[in-house]
Amino acid sequence: MIEIENVRKSFGPLEVLKGINLTVAKGEVLTVIGGSGSGKSTLLTCINGLEAIDSGRILVDGIEVHAKGTNLNKLRQKIGIVFQQWNAFPHLTVLENVMLAQVKVLKRSRAQAEAEAVKQLNHVGLSDKLAVYPARLSGGQQQRMAIARALAMSPDYMLFDEVTSALDPQLVGEVLDTLRMLASEGMTMICVTHEMKFAREVSDRVAFFHKGVMAEIAPPEQLFGAPKDPELQKFLAATH
Amino acid sequence: MFDTALTRSDLIFLAQGAGMTLIVTAISVFFGTILGIVFGVIRYQIGPWWAAPLTFVLDIFRSIPLLIQLVLANAFVTTVLGLRISGFTVACGVLSFYTAAYCAEIVRGGIEAVPQTLRRAARSLGLTWGQDMTSIVLPLATRVALPSWIGLALGVMKDSALVYIVQVVELLKSTQILITRLQEPLFLLMICGLFYFLISFPIARFGGYLEKRWSND
Repeated sequence: MIEIENVRKSFGPLEVLKGINLTVAKGEVLTVIGGSGSGKSTLLTCINGLEAIDSGRILVDGIEVHAKGTNLNKLRQKIGIVFQQWNAFPHLTVLENVMLAQVKVLKRSRAQAEAEAVKQLNHVGLSDKLAVYPARLSGGQQQRMAIARALAMSPDYMLFDEVTSALDPQLVGEVLDTLRMLASEGMTMICVTHEMKFAREVSDRVAFFHKGVMAEIAPPEQLFGAPKDPELQKFLAATH
Repeated sequence: MFDTALTRSDLIFLAQGAGMTLIVTAISVFFGTILGIVFGVIRYQIGPWWAAPLTFVLDIFRSIPLLIQLVLANAFVTTVLGLRISGFTVACGVLSFYTAAYCAEIVRGGIEAVPQTLRRAARSLGLTWGQDMTSIVLPLATRVALPSWIGLALGVMKDSALVYIVQVVELLKSTQILITRLQEPLFLLMICGLFYFLISFPIARFGGYLEKRWSND
């Protein structure tokens, strides 16, 4: 379970998170929508401790992320994250990309790591690209590789930060299909996205962020069907 | 033109000089690169403000002519400190710091060329700072920095001619000794140049080979 309690975060004079309260249960798929600068991506990087927070607290399975004694490197093994940028390690093959952290962080043997990497790459449909360097992959393939790389760490939670935003339109579908597959397998996921159709289909709940505040959170049929917050109504009108 | 007084033992004498040039260069580039990586990582990591004293010291090594550094360093260790240290050791020490001063900048530039987003991705997989450095940052920085580093290594090899000032007989000094005896400066300098070329060319080619190999990925 991920518990976010009254989290505040500023970048200089700009307060990007103004007291967020949110609980994500095991097995839940939560999508987060909202305009740019609404704080939704910042929240994700706070959850795995890449960003510090100013006040409040975030608990992942009862462990406080920003507490002094917390071993972040260990905690991050539980929480996979995939970013908007593809972030393939360009000097390693697809297979090595997915093996690296398994060997270095989880201390798996190379054989174990390779077996897991092959399994995950197969899962995202890249089994024919094992020996290829990332530069030879399309954006969609690189993004699926990044998903496999995160999954190979056997995380309990997956965070997706606008993973289709940097892709050509015709490549968006293959990445969303991968996310749908994960959701149907019961992975706990928080997806920050601009893909409304996707949010409507896969989410258990959808949260709408506006200027650092979680303005509304509800199951998709309710949030999209009968939005209460006036900003959300405006946002939905503009994106449709 | 090829009517020369140069004997086989003279050629061996030159080859020994070339060997000395190679040894001094190899030692200096080896230690200079290690120090340069350490200094470069420190400079990058602690930011320009805290690194200012280190930057200042490195700037000294980069801006004072090597010849002056050698003379002063030699005078300092032998006269001021009263140590019995060979010219060879002084030469290698000064050249190592001289190399490190340039190498630190090359390393810093290489590290800066690695995108932050890539490092964030590495850390979010649970890699520690050190693992990120050794598995991601330094391998990628090496690719960026290699051409400059090859240039530095070749430069240091030619600059090493100046260590004659602390009584190290390297290639150029050996040539001068023969010129004094044989009075055939142009011919001897040609041979000396050929030796330099024979040492440099494989280094340059090796750099080109690595660059080509790494560009595939």
